[in-house]
Amino acid sequence: MPNEPAPNHPAVQVIDVVRDYPRPRTSLLGPTPVVHALRGVSLEVKQGERFGIVGESGCGKSTLLRLIAALDRPTAGQVVVEGTDITTLPERRLRFLRENLQLVFQDPMSSLDPRMRVRDIIAEPLVVQGHPASGERVRELLEAVGLSADAGDRYPHQFSGGQRQRISIARALAPRPRILIADEPVSALDVSVRAQVLNLISDLVDELNLTLIFVSHDLSVVKHVCDRVAVMNAGQIVETGPTADVYAAPQHPYTQRLVSAIPTLERALSGATTTDLLPSKGETA
Amino acid sequence: MNVLEVAGLNVSVRDTTLVSDVDLTVGPGERVGLIGESGSGKSLTALSILGLLPEDVVPSGSVRLSGVDHDLIGADERALSRIRGRDLAMVFQEPMTALNPTMRIGDQIAETMLIHHTHPTRSAARAAAADLLDRVQLPADLLRAYPHQLSGGQRQRVVLAIALSNDPALLICDEPTTALDVTVQALVLDLIVQGVVARSSALLFITHDLAVVATVCERVLVMYGGRVVESGPVHEVFTNPRHRYTQGLLAASNLEAAGSRLTTIPGTVPAAGHFPSGCVFRNRCAHATDLCATTPAWSGTSTTGYACHHPAGAPHA
Repeated sequence: MPNEPAPNHPAVQVIDVVRDYPRPRTSLLGPTPVVHALRGVSLEVKQGERFGIVGESGCGKSTLLRLIAALDRPTAGQVVVEGTDITTLPERRLRFLRENLQLVFQDPMSSLDPRMRVRDIIAEPLVVQGHPASGERVRELLEAVGLSADAGDRYPHQFSGGQRQRISIARALAPRPRILIADEPVSALDVSVRAQVLNLISDLVDELNLTLIFVSHDLSVVKHVCDRVAVMNAGQIVETGPTADVYAAPQHPYTQRLVSAIPTLERALSGATTTDLLPSKGETA
Repeated sequence: MNVLEVAGLNVSVRDTTLVSDVDLTVGPGERVGLIGESGSGKSLTALSILGLLPEDVVPSGSVRLSGVDHDLIGADERALSRIRGRDLAMVFQEPMTALNPTMRIGDQIAETMLIHHTHPTRSAARAAAADLLDRVQLPADLLRAYPHQLSGGQRQRVVLAIALSNDPALLICDEPTTALDVTVQALVLDLIVQGVVARSSALLFITHDLAVVATVCERVLVMYGGRVVESGPVHEVFTNPRHRYTQGLLAASNLEAAGSRLTTIPGTVPAAGHFPSGCVFRNRCAHATDLCATTPAWSGTSTTGYACHHPAGAPHA
């Protein structure tokens, strides 16, 4: 294996990161309005850890992912991946990151090029990095995600949502990354397929010794997959801790509201109604 | 007397059958859930009740609504548009496409009442619209707002206000909270339940989320491959599932299970028209035998039962 992880460094460190987006000017003379997408976020993901990020739409979790993947630059603060500060590195020196850190996106239809065959999609990260993209490696990857070898000859539209997400995962694993970032990988999937994809991600992370950063709006999915979780609200991390603890005994009022709003079969079958999901009564339950 | 009686509903497009032999009743004030994965035919069932199927998709069978003296299947557009929005209302999944982007919120709510003459004058309808907006916990100044100025949760609450404006006998909700955040979902679900309870309306709630259906509904029907495979009271179906598909669905959605691996249903939902003959689930079922090539008969009563040759669990009490 050519790229061994640098020892003793956390996989990802985010130090007091701020990201402001300017909005279109609304007045000729007034100042440009600004959206504070992230307001001082710090977190540390250890090597081999399964780290979850939970939050509702607009809380800044996607912005945070873009910064970690160096697809965007922070307004202030630092992002350190495996001991290297990537905040100010130019694109040509980010090659190590492009190989070691890979993403799986939410919508498997829009993240796969409809005009490329599956084998070319999976081989693309290798070709871009200048590696020989052998048919052998593509077959190996297809097999790893549970697709048959002849799937490589077909196009993305010939697959179901769950199978497309498997293709996305195979593509992400192609350059043998050490960090896998999954952005809502199962939100678009049906329940029976969701379980298959979650199992697959779980198995691959174990087998390949990956560090997993798993982003979701669904705390119960994160609870199943991750060891530690950060809860985000309005551009800030409001609570971090072992997933089981955060889920069982949330400390921050926002986390409490989030946990009590999740409908579960168990609670419903023991007589919970929709009123119990609302914050005023849910907290005491 | 039931509010809604669907009997032997079939929906087909050219020579492909999409929904077959669906029986469904909703009693007065009852909250009934319809669950299934994508492609199971649950939305088509709802659209055939409303008479909103696309041109080349043809329903057959019978759909009766209390207070309406004709069958909704085969009724002409004039008759249907007198019923829709008055006796029968619907909340769709995507609130942006359900609202008119060029009309103010207040006018859109008032429009439903003016069309059906439930309020005599424009000003009376406006006042009722303000009241309805208040019931879904939105401030009155949103009456003059346009849909694009609202968030997804606010829009869905406006759609709900419109649906409830004429106190319908039956409210149909098709995945009303799938596009919403979990805290917003909690509020919208509560407003739906409070809304139908206050009006003694019946509710037909369509979703793929088992936990949501268990929280909202009293009775549930499980659909797969265009057929109802199991039905019964929520508690009974979810604690003692008889059909193997229901059993698999419950296991796959149980994220609380001990151990790191989730139970899965092998394979994927086939595309429409590619379900096996006989039992529609047999190509994904671990218990399937040669017997399953014949269509399983319905066991149990019309409201509680299942269609499976090799049922799981103990017989219903």
